[in-house]
Amino acid sequence: MQTEKDLSQVNIVLCGVGGQGTVLASRLIADAAMKKGIRVCSAETIGMAQRGGSVFTNLRIGDDVKTPRIGSGKADLMIAFEPAEAVRMLPYLKEGGAAVVSVDPIMPVSAMVGTSTYPTEEIIEYLKAHVKHLTLVDSAKAAAELKSAKCLNVVLLGAAVRSGCLNLSEKDIEEAINKRLPEKLRDLNIKALMYTAKEGVTDHENQ
Amino acid sequence: MHKEYLMGNEAIAIGALAAGVNFVAGYPGTPSTEVLETVAKRNPGNVYVEWSVNEKAAMEAAAGAAYAGARTLVTMKQVGLNVAADPLMSLEYIGIKGGMIIMVADDPGPISSQTEQDTRTFAAFSKVPVFDPSSVKEAFLMMKEAFDFSEKWGTPVIFRTTTRIDHGYESIDIPDENEYEKHGAEGFVKDASSFVIFPKLSVKNHALIEKRNAKLSEVFSKDPLNFILPETGNRYKRRAIATHGINYTYVTDVFDGREHPEILRIATPFPFPEELAADFLRDKDEVLCVEELDPVIEKALIGVCGKYGLYVKIRGKLTGDISPSGENSIDSIAEALAGFLEDDDLRCKGTELKDVPDLPVRPPVLCAGCPHRASFYAVKQAMKGQKTFYGGDIGCYTLGNAQPLDMCDTCLCMGAGINIAQGIWRTEPDTKCFAFVGDSTFFASGITGVINAFYNRAQLTLVVLDNSTTAMTGHQPHPGTGRTVMGQVVEKVSIEKILRAIGLTFVETVDPLDLPLAIDTIKRAQEEDGVKAVIFRSPCIAIERSSSKASVDKDKCIGCRKCINELGCPAMILEGGKAKTLSSTCTGCMLCEKVCPAGAIKEERMQ
Repeated sequence: MQTEKDLSQVNIVLCGVGGQGTVLASRLIADAAMKKGIRVCSAETIGMAQRGGSVFTNLRIGDDVKTPRIGSGKADLMIAFEPAEAVRMLPYLKEGGAAVVSVDPIMPVSAMVGTSTYPTEEIIEYLKAHVKHLTLVDSAKAAAELKSAKCLNVVLLGAAVRSGCLNLSEKDIEEAINKRLPEKLRDLNIKALMYTAKEGVTDHENQ
Repeated sequence: MHKEYLMGNEAIAIGALAAGVNFVAGYPGTPSTEVLETVAKRNPGNVYVEWSVNEKAAMEAAAGAAYAGARTLVTMKQVGLNVAADPLMSLEYIGIKGGMIIMVADDPGPISSQTEQDTRTFAAFSKVPVFDPSSVKEAFLMMKEAFDFSEKWGTPVIFRTTTRIDHGYESIDIPDENEYEKHGAEGFVKDASSFVIFPKLSVKNHALIEKRNAKLSEVFSKDPLNFILPETGNRYKRRAIATHGINYTYVTDVFDGREHPEILRIATPFPFPEELAADFLRDKDEVLCVEELDPVIEKALIGVCGKYGLYVKIRGKLTGDISPSGENSIDSIAEALAGFLEDDDLRCKGTELKDVPDLPVRPPVLCAGCPHRASFYAVKQAMKGQKTFYGGDIGCYTLGNAQPLDMCDTCLCMGAGINIAQGIWRTEPDTKCFAFVGDSTFFASGITGVINAFYNRAQLTLVVLDNSTTAMTGHQPHPGTGRTVMGQVVEKVSIEKILRAIGLTFVETVDPLDLPLAIDTIKRAQEEDGVKAVIFRSPCIAIERSSSKASVDKDKCIGCRKCINELGCPAMILEGGKAKTLSSTCTGCMLCEKVCPAGAIKEERMQ
């Protein structure tokens, strides 16, 4: 799947819940883009929100990018680590943009103690109805098969690369993994990167 | 020279190192913390770095080093500057010899702070020149300029950032370590007439400061840090924009390739570059000031109009064109620009969303396995049915305010909880008053509160939540940890000994995860007279990994939800009417086991 876009700039929104590893995913993308000599800048949530709050990263690649933040309707791609967070950040995705979303909800304590609700089905259906190029990733299955819940970020990143919106190849990210991660984690993360090439993923195209 | 993808705070630290900084002190606080941490991490070996006990100590230690000619950097968040206000206000009257930069991170939003105060305003109040960069790259470059400026004019300089600069990232060129400047300090030269602040000196120096700042306004008018970005096309002519900081990049992003009016970018809001502003205003009818936090430029431009007899309408926060509070976004600025320039195309066109499902709210919560949860639960159980007051303080444990724990009745500022508990008890003596304070906050500004309460014969129980680190800001060492940011092993300052030295007789240390003992200790403490202290000591779960998990026996679980409803642990969920632990989140603190009335939760050892 390929979205119509201006190749001089790629704007990405990564979102999820504090502690899910959105930061590493954005680092790997940045490393890979910098290797190609392209300017990268980003803005991310650090601080109190990391304790289980909603977190996001704006990542922008392109030599003429002016600011790390992204305006509504300007993101080419969204990588969402959690379905409700995907809906929350959906206004930033441009019309016709692509989204890679982990379908496993993370229940906030507020939903457990009854001060908030979490309509899982409705959220997934909403994404299917409103995102033009949607890739849903079964992250629970991925975690079970990869025997690690820690590499969800790279599983999603792999699906994002294959969406064609990043202007980066699997090999670019593989090089970034080899450069940034300690040796003992490399094999697992490269497996994670390639995981959705074969399974654990459903694509939805809207007209 | 090489290229790196750096966080703004890292870039600021490297800027200081490259400028030959000798002495760096600070107190952790989001969004400023990573500056000092990066200096420590990338220290070429000749820089002294310390986490001070609080911002006031950091400012004073740095002032001493700067008196002796060292290049110094002090780091803190905006509310930290309130703590350091006393030395700052006087230091400007004394001045410095070695360059001194006070890096203060503002937090529009606020995202992780008590207030939305604007350090540009504080700079004007303290009469200290202030720099306000617009990007990560500029923050790096501006550090050297700020050091040179500070030395040239003999004044400390405030280097003011906001969260989006501090926690923004950019790939930028930075010097290699062997390219860093070297700066030697000549040492302190005694001169009581310059360094001892008597009224006579203040009278003389105040006049000099005012004269110098008038001069600096002229200097800043010619400094390329403040500039006018020329209009492209000629659509707007007599309308223009004035902006600063990260907002400058939002404004240019909104225009991105389109024709734009003249843009005045102010990087030194105090002393304000009046002449540059007057030149900018002369051929305008209307100017929109795009600012975050206080309307600093807006008020300065209004002043320039009055002073120079210019008739220009200045719009911004005071006219309702820009929100008077909160963080700006590209969307909010695009909206303001579209209104000001009467051009709908400038608006951000986000995906219009209708009938959005109800999304869960995610307030930050105490981590799974956090010992504070056990501490709060123990006090709650011990005090069941009694009239209580729970004074909270600044740290992770402020999150104890959330349901279902609901154990934080007040939170004001660092160390305030103890004194507030004292005031509540004096006014309502039949209330059992508690004050919760973390270990780092205890050292930062809790000790004076305990002395005050003890001396003034208050009746309260101090609960020190000692997780042996400064957890909220990312695990910095403090006097109780026995190590410094430079990696030295030092003698631990004992909280127990301090409390006993003050005169407290009930000082007991308990592991809060030993629930029955924790409850019993609180019960005994609050029966005693005067100020009592219970130290709940258990390491932060983020640094002390556990080797077990809790697991629920589905057949034994009676579905009473007590573990969920009473503890609010993010690792505990309900599935098919039964409790279930999330193995990827659970740390095996086993507090839930102690709460379960059916004995359905057991510890499972991990390999």
